[in-house]
Amino acid sequence: MKEIALHILDIAENSISAGARNITIDIHEDLTRDRLTITITDDGKGMDVAEIARVVDPFVTSRTTRRVGLGIPLLKAAAEACQGGLTIRSAPGQGTTLTVLFQHSHIDRMPLGDLPGTFLTLLIGYPNIHWTFRYRVNNQEFLFDDTPIKQELDGVPLTEPSILAFLRNILEDGISRLQESRGE
Amino acid sequence: MAGIKSLEELKRLKEEALAKRQARTTTGGIQITVGMGTCGIAAGAREAMKAILAVTEEEGLSDIIVRQTGCIGLCEWEPIVEVEIGDQPKVTYGKVTPERARQIMKEHVIGGKEIPEFKIPA
Repeated sequence: MKEIALHILDIAENSISAGARNITIDIHEDLTRDRLTITITDDGKGMDVAEIARVVDPFVTSRTTRRVGLGIPLLKAAAEACQGGLTIRSAPGQGTTLTVLFQHSHIDRMPLGDLPGTFLTLLIGYPNIHWTFRYRVNNQEFLFDDTPIKQELDGVPLTEPSILAFLRNILEDGISRLQESRGE
Repeated sequence: MAGIKSLEELKRLKEEALAKRQARTTTGGIQITVGMGTCGIAAGAREAMKAILAVTEEEGLSDIIVRQTGCIGLCEWEPIVEVEIGDQPKVTYGKVTPERARQIMKEHVIGGKEIPEFKIPA
């Protein structure tokens, strides 16, 4: 996978498998400190220490208890190659927080990629999850919480063409506005 | 976040959508499922999903349910897209590029004709 946005999609899928109802994705480009941090927080069933070790390093221990593939180890390796790393904080019944850090300017850092595409895919593909997307560039913020939208829609599907266009525009505009502000 | 102005716009869109839904006879329900495990994502499932949503938007297709799911164990055929129309048996398509996804939407979902050459052999 050549985009951070695709890895985010992959990790969110793990949160879904863990039975999460609320998932928050936070991406912070901190150019002052030359850091790119991605945090994915869920309220799924959580993992104990042995399970965390297993999802992070599948070649050391056997994988029999949980259907998690190679996505996390690959992302961890990519982050470590960029002066960063990947950490998981979790406990059974306490949900999971996964944090990935990259040196922002590192030559090997993969691009963020299509964040609006990833967010729209998750929002539409799992409509019963409460999604919060937060994207920051330095101290500017784009925050998307789907609660007021779903309340207003009151059961009208997100896939109604005009609603779909509305959601896509909010995500694309909000994210591109911040990206323009950092001069790309 | 979506400001008050955009929530007003959303309210208007919702009312328009509701009015349209009432005027229409039901189509019997169409569900499209995109495989979005690590294997699917790496093979381009998000682009297939985006193509499906783009056709939904462009063609103004109502009453379509689009879902995603994890790995279904046919990783070599990813991206995989399943189409279920009403009571008809589910059709599973493999190696769904964005172009194939558009074709599936136009010929199968809108036109009602399956595309045998894209199907995963049983």
